[in-house]
Amino acid sequence: MSLETSSSLGRDAWLRLRANRMSMISLFILIGIAFVSIFGPALSSYDYDQQNLDRVFESPGKDHIFGTDNLGRDLFARTTYGGRISLAVGLLATVVSLVIGVSYGMFSGYIGGRIDTWMMRAVDVLYALPFTIFVILLMVLFGRNFLLLFIAIGAVEWLTMARITRAQTMNLKKSEFIEAARALGYSHGRILFRHLLPNLIGPIIVYATLTVPAVMLLEAVLSFLGLGIQAPMSSWGSLIKEGAEKMDAAPWLLLFPGIFFCLSLFALNFLGDGLRDALDPKSSKD
Amino acid sequence: MTRYAPGGPFDAEKAIPQEIKVKLESHFGLDRPLFDQYLLYLKNLLRGDLGPSFKYSGWEVSELIATAFPVSLTLGVLSLGIALFIGIPAGIMAALRKNTWLDYLPMSLSMAGICLPTFVLGPLLIYIFSTQLGLFPPLGWYGPSDWFLPSFTLGLFYAAYVARLTRAGMLETLQQDYVRTARAKGATPWRVVTRHALRGGLLPVVTYLGPAFAGLVSGSFVIESIFFIPGLGKFFVTAAFNRDYTMVLGTVLFYASLIILLNLLVDLLQAWIDPKARQTR
Amino acid sequence: MHSNSSSNKQTHLVGLIGLLCLAWLLQGCSQPSNVETALDKGILHFGLGAEPQHLDPHLATSVAAHNILSALLEGLVSEHPKTLKPVPGVAHRWEQSKDGKTYIFYLRKDAHWSNGDPLTAHDFVYSFRRILNPNLGAQYASMLHPLKNARLYHEGKKTWEEAKVGAVATDDYILEITLEHSIPYFLELLNHYSWFPVHRPTLEKFEAFEKMGTPWTKPGNFVGNGPFRLINHQINSVISVGKNEHYWDASSVQLKGIRFYPIEAVDTEERAYRAGFLHLTQSVSADRIDFLKEKYPKELHFEPYLGTYFYRFNLKSPPFDDLRVRQAFSLAINRQRLVDKVLKGGQSPANTFTPPGTGGFYPKPQFLYDPQKAKQLLDSYLSEKGLERLPPVELTYNTSEGHKKVAEALHGMWKEALGVEIRLLNMEWKVFLSTVSKGEFSLARAGWIGDYVDPHTFLHMWRSGEGLNMTGWANAPYDQALKLGETSNSEKERWENFQKCEDLLAMEFPVLPLYFYVHLTLRHPTVRGWHPTLLDHHPYKHVYLSKEESP
Repeated sequence: MSLETSSSLGRDAWLRLRANRMSMISLFILIGIAFVSIFGPALSSYDYDQQNLDRVFESPGKDHIFGTDNLGRDLFARTTYGGRISLAVGLLATVVSLVIGVSYGMFSGYIGGRIDTWMMRAVDVLYALPFTIFVILLMVLFGRNFLLLFIAIGAVEWLTMARITRAQTMNLKKSEFIEAARALGYSHGRILFRHLLPNLIGPIIVYATLTVPAVMLLEAVLSFLGLGIQAPMSSWGSLIKEGAEKMDAAPWLLLFPGIFFCLSLFALNFLGDGLRDALDPKSSKD
Repeated sequence: MTRYAPGGPFDAEKAIPQEIKVKLESHFGLDRPLFDQYLLYLKNLLRGDLGPSFKYSGWEVSELIATAFPVSLTLGVLSLGIALFIGIPAGIMAALRKNTWLDYLPMSLSMAGICLPTFVLGPLLIYIFSTQLGLFPPLGWYGPSDWFLPSFTLGLFYAAYVARLTRAGMLETLQQDYVRTARAKGATPWRVVTRHALRGGLLPVVTYLGPAFAGLVSGSFVIESIFFIPGLGKFFVTAAFNRDYTMVLGTVLFYASLIILLNLLVDLLQAWIDPKARQTR
Repeated sequence: MHSNSSSNKQTHLVGLIGLLCLAWLLQGCSQPSNVETALDKGILHFGLGAEPQHLDPHLATSVAAHNILSALLEGLVSEHPKTLKPVPGVAHRWEQSKDGKTYIFYLRKDAHWSNGDPLTAHDFVYSFRRILNPNLGAQYASMLHPLKNARLYHEGKKTWEEAKVGAVATDDYILEITLEHSIPYFLELLNHYSWFPVHRPTLEKFEAFEKMGTPWTKPGNFVGNGPFRLINHQINSVISVGKNEHYWDASSVQLKGIRFYPIEAVDTEERAYRAGFLHLTQSVSADRIDFLKEKYPKELHFEPYLGTYFYRFNLKSPPFDDLRVRQAFSLAINRQRLVDKVLKGGQSPANTFTPPGTGGFYPKPQFLYDPQKAKQLLDSYLSEKGLERLPPVELTYNTSEGHKKVAEALHGMWKEALGVEIRLLNMEWKVFLSTVSKGEFSLARAGWIGDYVDPHTFLHMWRSGEGLNMTGWANAPYDQALKLGETSNSEKERWENFQKCEDLLAMEFPVLPLYFYVHLTLRHPTVRGWHPTLLDHHPYKHVYLSKEESP
């Protein structure tokens, strides 16, 4: 168990991460995708919503490197534009869910006893609120709003995070190093954040890398139900959904957004694994 | 994929005169004060009566749920079975052979499983196994041969999650002192996994199982829509869209009881698996 | 769930593989499809599109309900399978008075309910009384307002007896109907399910006379008088009907049964058709037309359908309170291009509101394309208001791929021709309906399918204060012309007045017609006796299945 200061912990982690080749490649891929998503729409000579009804369903070629869709819109412009939305939704909602879920789960698991039972039953009750109804209620009460979408998704995703964190906390609570910290008379806050949190980071990061794609897909399902982003805006999820409907006639409509989507998920995943190893205090002993 | 408007552009654009609306509302008791409505609902609930559905005229909510639940349960159990049988072995293998191709391959496949949302995977599987090979029916829920494609579509998605959680959990426990001790004592890797590491390693999976299973058996709207399956998922979504209040309350209550039951089971299972958690009880 | 013993896992795996093999064997590659067995069994497999909310003819409101009710029930008259003109139904003949206000229907004595009870004129009077009963709250009750004094009773101002509603059974088999004023299309009206009879003892058993949502419409309870009877109903799965042996014309009914499948997803319905699961689909996705044209040229049908797709303007708020803006938005749309390049289903551009040829009425095309004039009109509005550009306008539509596609295409056309920015806003159906009817919109999608083949079914929506109007447009000359067109006995006079209505619509632009519907469907070649009709009605007793090539 390490009692190092956090700054050196961070530096060690960075060094360990740099040594992991897959993670570094993933990091560069993610940066690349983010770059293309931010600057791609400006680089393209077409707007994401610019139509040309005479050139619909064109396969990838010189003018349109990714081809065109059913209204003759440039798929490159739409894919990169969609990237902005999907990445923003995915990251922001995940951060929201992490902050809520981890603190809730850790607190509940650490305190234990009756408070823990009630906190977990509250989570169960929230689980029982079907997501669509929750989102429709939000949309009806507050109107359509992009920010609301993040909150809605984040507010739902934290529940599983809380359960996982809590189970892990319960598991670690009885470990020797926590007992030792307690015996040394450290405050609860210090135990929670200095000792418990670093040991939780593994499962949390892995689950977070799973949450990002889940959120992106959720956004697609919301678009599927007509509750997501408004047409003619695009997101990877909605593009993939449209592409799936036309996959035998115009496979590129599924292929390109799909590649971007998968590539980001792969990269996130390997980066997540790398981070897990790098941040794991125990791995320093190996 | 779905034309969402009930009946599409055709019907119900007839405006309902105000006096008729009042009649409709009084029929369902919507004109009474909210608190009275609530009391009445609770009273009926105690008798197991969830009230009539607004959307499916002539049908009781409890009757509709009772018909659809066995369908969703079958689909859910099969999918979960597929998810566990694929996910757990893949996750264990990846953890044991960390950073080798035996790790990268199943983990990449599992990522691919997550990348392929059900509305892509479903039509894809139909195209291969039904349209091209003619092995399974493309839709419906009439016999066991209809079960394969939907449960596989749903199962693969969950298998991906299970594999990743298993791997993470296994890596965690393989570093625990008691596992190291067992290893140091010269236990075979097989024995280390089955006797010592697996219990702890499956902990995140077990935690995940409760909500996942509740989600599975309460139906999946997308799968039901693609494969034309009369399951529960559709009721959840359409009830909200149609303002079918009794159906919303009915499905929510049903789902809530299911979730609480499953989470209790998960807690018990956790206690049984994890010796440390057991001590605390 | 405790698969944490790995030795077990292998046996489980073997078990799984065994299960898969079993499933495969059960399927047995050779199992014939629905369509293949249909010829022997005489069962038609019908894509219904949506689960109907009601199977009660007095409460039903959807096309899906019509498709089932027309199998289970029959009105006073029936429809010719090709022209939909009235032919004898429960009434074997009828007489009309000279002023067109009174009809006497002579009911056939061999008409029975599906449980064998005789069907009499009293049943019809009971049924009319039920749908008009103010306590029932039937949405389509106003379809019966042409009956003399029906409105008095329906609005609760008088009891049935006091009101003396114009429907009297003078004998068990003679029904006398008196109308408020003559209606040239009255007999066609009778084929709408709101005029269908219901079985009194059944309704009384379930106390359904003035109550909705009773289980009388469930299989086992439902008693009808149509060529088929209800056998089975599984929500979101199937509705089966079988031949009704008590039907008066049972000998000419050739199908032994029909199965209706409420498949909502268009793609799923198409796959069902291609796998031989369905004989008929309810619709076809616009983006699949090119593909299907090539693969199933003989099975893809483009049939006329009496309906207009349009947008409503909200005249109560800017910018559409100004005629110039409404006109500019209409002139900026290239309807021909919308139809050819976006819809691709053989629809025709709507240059009038009433589909040309409705009941023989051909209005003058007046909603045209002229982007230059559109720009001028908008510029004159902008300069008068001192605006640089039009603030973004919201276009509201109910969630659906098809509506989205049209809205996106128009977004592009308006942007190009007028340089205005449109914000699309989709809503789920119920929210959409309440938003539009409350007038909380600027521009809203709409569609109207005729309930009967007469221009009145389209033009009556724009009467001042009519519940369907929702634009805030009120115009006295329009109301007057509409009234004359509705009641006149001379066709010439009727068409003149309806043309006047069309002219007023094209001068004032409360509405933006876009295109006329086409019914797109996949239909198996073994389905015979199925003819394209304007209302997409297909009297099932004439339908049969046959292997021989069509003549």
